[in-house]
Amino acid sequence: MRPILLSGHERSLNQIKFNSDGDLLFSVSKDKVVCAWWSANGERLGTYNGHQGAIWTVDVSPNTILLATGSADNTVRLWNVKTGECVKVWDFPTAVKRVEFNPEGTQLLAVTEKRMGFLGTITVLDINYDNNFENQAEEPSLRITCDESKATVAGWSYLSKYIIAGHEDGSVSQYDAKTGDLEKNVQAHEFDLQINDIQFSPDRTYFITASKDKSAKLISARDLSVLKTYVADTPLNSAVITPKKDYVILGGGQAAMDVTTTSARQGKFEARFYHKIFEDEIGRVRGHFGPLNTVGVHPSGTAYASGGEDGYVRVHHFDKSYFDFMYEVEREQMRK
Amino acid sequence: MAPSFDTLTEQDLHEEEEEEIDFSDLKEQFEVKLEEGLDTFVVIDGLPVVPEESRQKLIRFLLRKLNAAGHTSEDAVFMPVSEKNMTEGFAFVEYETPEQAVAAVKQLHGTPLDKKHTLAVNKLMDIDRYGREGRIDEEYKPPMIEPFKEKEHLRSWLGDANARDQFALYRGDKVGVFWNNKNNPPENVVDRAHWTQLFVQWSPKGTFLASVHPQGIQLWGGAAFSKLKQFPHPFVQLVEFSPAEKYLTTWSSRPIQVEEGGPAVLSYEEDGKNIIVWDIVTGKPLRSFVSHDLAAGPSEAGVEPKKKVQWPAFKWSADEKYVARMQQGQSISIYELPRMNLLDKTSIKVDGVMDFEWSPATVAREGVKQYEQLLCFWTPEIGSNPARVALMSVPSKEIVRTRNLFNVSDVKLHWQSQGTYVCVKVDRHSKSKKSMATNLEIFRIKEKGVPVEVVDSLKDTVINFAWEPNGGRFVLITTGEAASGAAVAPKTSVSFFAPEKKGGSAGNFKLIRTVDKKNSNAIYWSPKGRFVVVATVHSQTSFDMDFWDMDFEGEKPEGEKDLAANLQLMKTAEHYGVTDVDWDPTGRYVVSSASVWTHSMENGWNLHTFSGQTLAENPTEKFKQFIWRPRPATLLSKEEQKQVRKNLREYSKEFDEEDKYAVDIANTAVVEKRQRVLSEWVAWIRREKEYLVEDKDTYGFPENADDPKLARDAPPASENQGDAVVEEIVEEIIEENEEVIG
Repeated sequence: MRPILLSGHERSLNQIKFNSDGDLLFSVSKDKVVCAWWSANGERLGTYNGHQGAIWTVDVSPNTILLATGSADNTVRLWNVKTGECVKVWDFPTAVKRVEFNPEGTQLLAVTEKRMGFLGTITVLDINYDNNFENQAEEPSLRITCDESKATVAGWSYLSKYIIAGHEDGSVSQYDAKTGDLEKNVQAHEFDLQINDIQFSPDRTYFITASKDKSAKLISARDLSVLKTYVADTPLNSAVITPKKDYVILGGGQAAMDVTTTSARQGKFEARFYHKIFEDEIGRVRGHFGPLNTVGVHPSGTAYASGGEDGYVRVHHFDKSYFDFMYEVEREQMRK
Repeated sequence: MAPSFDTLTEQDLHEEEEEEIDFSDLKEQFEVKLEEGLDTFVVIDGLPVVPEESRQKLIRFLLRKLNAAGHTSEDAVFMPVSEKNMTEGFAFVEYETPEQAVAAVKQLHGTPLDKKHTLAVNKLMDIDRYGREGRIDEEYKPPMIEPFKEKEHLRSWLGDANARDQFALYRGDKVGVFWNNKNNPPENVVDRAHWTQLFVQWSPKGTFLASVHPQGIQLWGGAAFSKLKQFPHPFVQLVEFSPAEKYLTTWSSRPIQVEEGGPAVLSYEEDGKNIIVWDIVTGKPLRSFVSHDLAAGPSEAGVEPKKKVQWPAFKWSADEKYVARMQQGQSISIYELPRMNLLDKTSIKVDGVMDFEWSPATVAREGVKQYEQLLCFWTPEIGSNPARVALMSVPSKEIVRTRNLFNVSDVKLHWQSQGTYVCVKVDRHSKSKKSMATNLEIFRIKEKGVPVEVVDSLKDTVINFAWEPNGGRFVLITTGEAASGAAVAPKTSVSFFAPEKKGGSAGNFKLIRTVDKKNSNAIYWSPKGRFVVVATVHSQTSFDMDFWDMDFEGEKPEGEKDLAANLQLMKTAEHYGVTDVDWDPTGRYVVSSASVWTHSMENGWNLHTFSGQTLAENPTEKFKQFIWRPRPATLLSKEEQKQVRKNLREYSKEFDEEDKYAVDIANTAVVEKRQRVLSEWVAWIRREKEYLVEDKDTYGFPENADDPKLARDAPPASENQGDAVVEEIVEEIIEENEEVIG
């Protein structure tokens, strides 16, 4: 498995995202530039310029027409994927830590930071594709305020029924996506260790969380019951569920601020593969020389990419052995 | 259960019920008296009864004694006179300060005045407090004798069906005891938070586990590790057991301050002392001592050098009959157990004595019939007298062998575990004191006249030396001079020595082999001998462990034919940041560990076999201590052990089968568990999909809105469509790649 090294960023990566076809990869970093890459060979397709601060988050609409980014310059920007034009800027009172399109591509959620007297919020914006994207509503259609513990990440459940949010205190909440009412809150991770990432399964019925408490959990979107727990030996920044094969990929490593105080061999800057159902660690992929901030997987499950504090994105296309690997019990199940 | 020392006593366990407890009796007993002024008074009983005329004479006589403890005067002594003009046999004395009064009680109580009279000195307050009416029952009531309670079997762990060994693991705030399960995860016996404050320690035969608290030492044992005995030594820092677990020595840098209301077992005897020798069975102190510090090195640039603690402060003879300690440079004091009295009521004066060691086993010297324990000590060169190593027989205190040495800088004494040899490692300097060399002088204790063999002088300094347990071979590590200013420590060499084969008895010691250019600094022999681990510990840059076999069952090099050894390096293992290496008591396993006490990088412990094969790695956060539970000596006779060794092959066949069976069982369990987990998952996915369809209906989505996505995610469903799909996708992408490049 030879990785393709994407070295287009000058600072640490914050999020990477494959589009729904898997041919494009979008990456954002602290250097204020959004990059788009061909996932097959790592060639850079282009950049989206305009943000004034570190970009925390990126998402692409399901039809790969619009791109949304959230940044430390307190804005959410909407871009035309094809032309690279910025079609809309929404201003917020604080930094935007996470954006995500709903499965239909009609709405966009944005998680805003708690700062300077403003509480953290999850804001829902309506997206309009008509008239060259110029008819975007100025006002959000829904605003959820997190007055207890701020949300750090959020995403849409199946059928855009719920908004699922991960919080700074290690809990996970389920909100009604229409009304914004809090339906459930579960202390899924250790108290006061924040959830750094939430990524959904392809049908969005369950999701995986990555937490500072050195574990990742597979949680049902319907009732927030914890289905599986994956224990690592280092704080986790990102986790993703692989389609096609029943694996999950976890990324993390010693927190960036602690790295210089310890030896390099202790950093644990590896992508870890666990079996989704049996919770066993299957393998690790080395390469980064800083913690992994984000991992993403190709929607057809043939490749994955990781973005690190070291400023590199590494794209790996899986070998045959990856697809062949199977537990004996799985093989039996197949034969039946 | 949070077994902090405070909650260990039964009544303290009920602290929660505090509000309902009737404290009136305690209040009465410990009530603080506010009427001041009486604290300076003491009452003296046991005085002779004299007529009034001789009263002044008695008072003056008494004053001489009283003033030894503090300041008082004739006027301050009040001796009442009865109607018959006779004194009553008691007196009240006022001291200047309450402290003096306390000192008087401490010093004078129980001291004889003359042959017939013994003083009883008490504080006036105490008499008032304890002797007040109603405090003492008129009738004698015998104390309640607690009914006998069956205790847990203290050696139950030896009865394990698979003869596994236990170990204690201290990490974070938790201490646990586990069974070693080879490459499987260890099986927990007990695991308790805050079980100890400083460290844990096993007794030499493994019966007790000692935990260290600011209030004292607590011993634990039995199958469930229930509390057995407490030894309340405030701020205790070090603890040592006697070889047969009958006695315990504790040390604290802070002198003990005995206060009223403190632990009842400590009396004024212990006040101001650092060391207590305890009887483990009774839990009572036998005797307490002020510690002697070792002379520190020469003071540098006006900075007072730190005094070194001499530990173990008391060294035990092999049979626990004697315990000795040394006043460095002056004398050795030997105490007899169980009374803890000084042997012949006097310390043995040894001018300049630097160090001593008891023989670790009771040795029978040739031609010596009577009972004796041997002790070896050395003295440096004083004036024109040579340095001297001597062997003393106890209790006769006779010096049975001495040897004079010249140009000595330092000497280390190493007894072989059976007391057969004592190796005296002599560091010598040349006349100019510029170059150093080491001599090994080996006393053959069991041979007639205790001959001394000198092993050829080694040019380099020996930094470590270790005898093979129950054997006659040894390993030593030498190092060259450190280049001044060099950041790296100089390379070391490891040398292996064995005696020559010479009929029945062991011949001269000969070098087998020297391994150069190593970084090794520590030697760990298997407790059963034969195997030895030579490791580099506490090092930033290297952390290798060499596993050596001294009796390799293969071909032997021609040149080493005459030696009682066949040296072979079995394996080299690495453990990053290793700080400690421990053999299990049976010599089957070796644990290397990296403790947070030394550094905070990759703490944890690794389990290896005796031959260096790593069985398990256990990275553990805040790992502090790993200690194997020792075992008592085997009950099998030498013949029986020989028999076992002979039939080893048959036994091992049995064990191999057992192992195989266990593995099979474990594998089946794993497979069963996986099957269950997988079917649960498949069922969950199916149910979830049904819900999803229902939801879609209610939301009015077409049923197959995002079917392609679903198919990808749900493997059991999609797998039915055949595996051809998987391969097709992979191939297509590879081709696509080539087109782009072309």
